Amino acid sequence: MIELSASWSVISLVALGAFHGLNPAMGWLFAVARGLQERRLRAVLVALGPIALGHALAIGVAAVVVGLLGLVLPASALLLLGGGALLIFAAVKVATRFRHPRWVGMRVGARELVLWSFLMATAHGAGLMIVPVLAQQSDTVATVAASDHAEHLGHAGHAAQADPGGHAGHAERLGEGLVASLAAVGLHTAAMFLVMGMLAVLVYRKVGVDVLRRAWINLDFIWVGALVVAGAVTLGSGFWSIVAG
Amino acid sequence: MNYQSWLRRLTPLNRRKVLKHSMAAGGVLAAGTLSAVGASKETLAVSTWTPDPTFYPSPRSAMKAPAETLAYVARINPNGNGQSDAICVVDVDPASTAYGTVIGELELTYPGDELHHFGWNACSSMLCPTAAHPHVQRRYLIVPGLRSSRLYVIDTQPDPTNPKIVKTIEPEEIAAKTGYSKGHTVHCGPDGIYVSALGAPDGGGPGGIFVLDHDTFDVRGRWEVDRGDQYLHYDFWWHLGYDTMITSEWGTPEMVETGIQPELLLGAQYGHRLHFWDLRRRRHTQTVDLGKENQIVLELRPAHDPSKTYGFVNTVVSLNDLSAGIFLWYRDNGSWAARKVIQIPAEPAAEEDLPPALKPFKAVPPLVTDIELSVDDRFLYVSCWGTGELKQYDVSDPFNPKETGSVRIGGIVRREGHPAASGPLNGGPQMVEVSRDGKRVYLTNSLYMTWDEQFYPDGINGWLVKLDADPEGGMRFDERFFLDFGDQRPHQVRLQGGDASTDSYCFS
Repeated sequence: MIELSASWSVISLVALGAFHGLNPAMGWLFAVARGLQERRLRAVLVALGPIALGHALAIGVAAVVVGLLGLVLPASALLLLGGGALLIFAAVKVATRFRHPRWVGMRVGARELVLWSFLMATAHGAGLMIVPVLAQQSDTVATVAASDHAEHLGHAGHAAQADPGGHAGHAERLGEGLVASLAAVGLHTAAMFLVMGMLAVLVYRKVGVDVLRRAWINLDFIWVGALVVAGAVTLGSGFWSIVAG
Repeated sequence: MNYQSWLRRLTPLNRRKVLKHSMAAGGVLAAGTLSAVGASKETLAVSTWTPDPTFYPSPRSAMKAPAETLAYVARINPNGNGQSDAICVVDVDPASTAYGTVIGELELTYPGDELHHFGWNACSSMLCPTAAHPHVQRRYLIVPGLRSSRLYVIDTQPDPTNPKIVKTIEPEEIAAKTGYSKGHTVHCGPDGIYVSALGAPDGGGPGGIFVLDHDTFDVRGRWEVDRGDQYLHYDFWWHLGYDTMITSEWGTPEMVETGIQPELLLGAQYGHRLHFWDLRRRRHTQTVDLGKENQIVLELRPAHDPSKTYGFVNTVVSLNDLSAGIFLWYRDNGSWAARKVIQIPAEPAAEEDLPPALKPFKAVPPLVTDIELSVDDRFLYVSCWGTGELKQYDVSDPFNPKETGSVRIGGIVRREGHPAASGPLNGGPQMVEVSRDGKRVYLTNSLYMTWDEQFYPDGINGWLVKLDADPEGGMRFDERFFLDFGDQRPHQVRLQGGDASTDSYCFS
């Protein structure tokens, strides 16, 4: 059961990473523009690192928040909260017509590029979109930790409900949660980087930016759809975990 | 009692209750989402599935755009008889039976606006990667009244031949939110719609730029954060690839509204400088003086290719010899510099042929009042409103322009005719617009009402003409295209889908 959900979260993280990497507004197009401006492939490649880092930071913020909340909230509450946040964010995106930061400026250094990517990813709700996976993962980690914990306590002859081991359990969970979160962020960003990098090089070297005119479908619509689906699934699994208790 | 133990205490019945309440909460959330969607309908811009087909990532691809079939032309009523100015829709499709005629017009709400330059709500800069949002339509014309300071938003859909006013921004609102008046030129920027303004509401300075929201067309405020020594203002445009804004200088409202003032001109009080700005931080970075004898610095035409760092600007009249100048600005050792690359001399004339203002000089100044650079940055068109000539230069080498074409029409003294309308014609080539593919050139003949009276005191009969340009240089009048506006005065021409002075690009 745990293995199954773990492999599901790997697939989800990679798929979402690829999805984020596809979005021209979140990185690869900026890299291509810099290449065209400087007339060399190197400029495209150099831009990819900072963009990926900014994206990872945006995802990282979500992972840290979920990880911390996971310490104090049970998985079902975390799922309900995450699902609600996703749906509200989707509504806000629609109400504000998918507004994102009004960034003017093509000439940015690496540090500013990180900031730009972080802002764009955050404004698009990229981190939020990962929350269901992270919450599920935190649930898994918690379950594993809890069962280990229970076993340990059982051997010691205490009731599973007993408190004394609680603090040590938190620290343990925090450590495991952190590792899992970092792995999740890394995995997601790697997938994003790969897709973004391939697209950037392909468009710069072979296809040309004219492709934008035909192929750039409105990802905002798909994006908000993804947010709603993620929100609904998360809420649903939250409810389920209450009902199935 | 913690949450988990509370959960465990729930009987199956209670669990169903929790589920019911949760579902109710979900319903409220969904309703909230829907009402948010409903509220968003108040904005005018509509999201689309694919980018507007008139957006092009690079000037190179914009050159391949299909030929325009409609043109929007500002028509000014100079008669002060209560009739409003209008936006006319002109058929420019050579295959159409209505070719070269007005097939639709929208009279504005109030008389006396004096429409000048207007622009589109959205253009190719929507594809710029830093804040890309290309899934909108090039659909609304943003139309400032130079005399009234009012601003209209005009919808060209669903019937492009029957545009409608959808929003009017009154001068009081612009003054309150920006401190500016006398809106003039509009450019769609990557992050908003930029509008230039000649000055302050009291008729003084400084002039500058204000920004409208892309979606709602609300006035967002003044653009400048730090204007340095800039005070006079006229045109603006940018090098998007270099985060650089350029602005030019004409005069404050009180310096220009009643006509050109000889004492200001002879005192070299009109604008003669260029200003360079950090587009991103909205700060003035450098002033380049073109020499105070080069009076009135108007139209800025930066290279469309975002990787290039030069552009052209016209100076209307030189105090030395009444000549007009075209300056090139360029990057030089990390800062901006400018040099005169074209000088067009005045033409000697008999005193009795000249209007009172020019009699003492016994010459007609060329009065270069508008210029236009083709989208491929190869040809520069220069309107000589005084002498009645349109010149074409090959500026492939921007430092060494070569004249490749010239046509004559109107003019203060010459009053040259047109193949389809024998002279005398008055007014002269003024607003010049070039199609995206560079093959067609449109010209109108009025400048600014009070200035028109000084240089063409017998009045101006408005006309719009079209020229065919040879891709290798040279141009000639289209004999089928002479649109007579009678006593009305056409000004800015905007081509459907964009033209050489509407769009800026982020990809080289």
